[in-house]
Amino acid sequence: MTFELFIFYFLAGVACTSGVMMITIKDPVKAALWLVLAFIATAGVWITAQAEFLGLVLILVYVGAVMVLFLFVVMMLDINLSILKEGFTQYLPIGTMVVLSIAAMMYMVLGPENFGLDVTGAPVVHPEDYSNTQAIGLELYTVHVYAFILAAVLLLLGIVAAIALSLRRRPTGEVLYQDIDKQVKTQASDRFKMIKMKSEIEEPIKPKEEEEK
Amino acid sequence: MFDAIQAFLSTFLFDWLAILITLVIQTVVVVLPIMLVVAWLTYAERKVIGFMQVRMGPNRVGPFGLLQPIADALKLMTKEVIFPDQANKYLFIIAPILALAPAVAAWAVIPFADGMVVADVNAGLLYILAVTSIIVYGTIVAGWASNSKYAFLGALRGSAQKISYEIAMGFALVTVLMIAGSMNLTDIVNGQQGGMLNWYLLPLLPMFFVYFISGLAETNRTPFDVIEGEAEIVAGFHVDYSGMTFGVFMLAEYAMMILISFMTAIMFLGGWLSPFEGIPFLESIFSWVPQLGWLAFKVSLLLFIFLWLRATFPRYRYDQLMRLGWKVLIPLTILWVFVVGAMKYFSFGPWFN
Repeated sequence: MTFELFIFYFLAGVACTSGVMMITIKDPVKAALWLVLAFIATAGVWITAQAEFLGLVLILVYVGAVMVLFLFVVMMLDINLSILKEGFTQYLPIGTMVVLSIAAMMYMVLGPENFGLDVTGAPVVHPEDYSNTQAIGLELYTVHVYAFILAAVLLLLGIVAAIALSLRRRPTGEVLYQDIDKQVKTQASDRFKMIKMKSEIEEPIKPKEEEEK
Repeated sequence: MFDAIQAFLSTFLFDWLAILITLVIQTVVVVLPIMLVVAWLTYAERKVIGFMQVRMGPNRVGPFGLLQPIADALKLMTKEVIFPDQANKYLFIIAPILALAPAVAAWAVIPFADGMVVADVNAGLLYILAVTSIIVYGTIVAGWASNSKYAFLGALRGSAQKISYEIAMGFALVTVLMIAGSMNLTDIVNGQQGGMLNWYLLPLLPMFFVYFISGLAETNRTPFDVIEGEAEIVAGFHVDYSGMTFGVFMLAEYAMMILISFMTAIMFLGGWLSPFEGIPFLESIFSWVPQLGWLAFKVSLLLFIFLWLRATFPRYRYDQLMRLGWKVLIPLTILWVFVVGAMKYFSFGPWFN
């Protein structure tokens, strides 16, 4: 067994185990964490297949950002698991049928007769200084540039739409808004005034008139 | 040297086992000095802040208190680890590991001198960005597993803050990538040869500040340590941690500080290159300084700034911290991507040729 093969089987084993755990475990937070582990192992498998850009971006985008936000939401939910499990036996036959049909379809597409070196051909072995990132960049920004820009515009549209939907400005007076620029521009002289005045001298207390009498 | 070890081991072991053992040796050679630096960085922090506040700092254990980190480590290791009632035990234990592992793993691609690097990979910059983005899980899992409201609030703040500042950090890295034309950290340093003026500090000056400020936020250092926020949420995500589990969080924080300093030095301050390259007289005077020496000097300077900021600034308010990240740093970085593009188009200065 070569070292590469050892790494591959290790990562593949971790990916499969964590995938199964993610589906079977009850606690949604733990399920999300297993999914994170599955992502990391998959990224490792991709890197061993010389696709280091995709592998690292998978970690950066999905593990570092998407799953964090996912956990953020899942952690704050107080899910009653018994309600979720209601009607499990009722839906079991339909669920089994759906699962079986999906498995059959996946087998037809991903089955062993469609893969293997005689179908796909041996993978190209790149020299050591080959940069996967550069290769993808050149392809994206030359051949597929219009599709790439279109995808970017779609994403931007998504951002703008999400902000426009969630932005809520209430009328002034109902809530206090901060004007940060105004706050930053505040000078000491706006808040604090030096006044010139004569010092007050305490005069000795005069003896009361009653005592004189 | 490591090739020789591997060749020697493979004479009587399986090939994959020989490679594995060699990798472990390499890891120890890199990680052990970093852990030692972390230990004495805590000492330096207390001493520096002590002097800034006209105090003595630690001065009881050993000469000038130099053995204080060892005493601290012994104390943390012998203390009992307390599990809160109803805490999730597995995740409670895993959280500190999740915090420390990426902070250590990132060192695989950091070059300490020309050719002195564990893995000289092409996508080094992307690797650093990807690995450091995992660090946030330590905070989140710790906050959730503790089953405490304070810890949970800290975790929520931490996850939102780190994701926000990661964007600015990523864009700052993009400008470095544009100017260097490579994501290999060794190539990035070698692209800055030719004295101080050729460093990427000048064309990327705003990005230098953005990267360092985002680094402060990523490592949860003052003024961005809202996830600890002693005054509001006691100690944030690690309020329920004691003994060595707490110590591991501290290890991770300081290892990240050193990592950010290394990255700043490599990307903006010429890495291991001498600042006096090309200056006739000074270059010969300082020619005895090894490459690692220059890098260590620059890194110490940046680490001192980390400590200095902690002694100087009060904590940011949370909404202002988010505003700084989203409304100041990110627009600035996007603008600078275009500025660097223009500079590259017009072959501006000694950096683009």
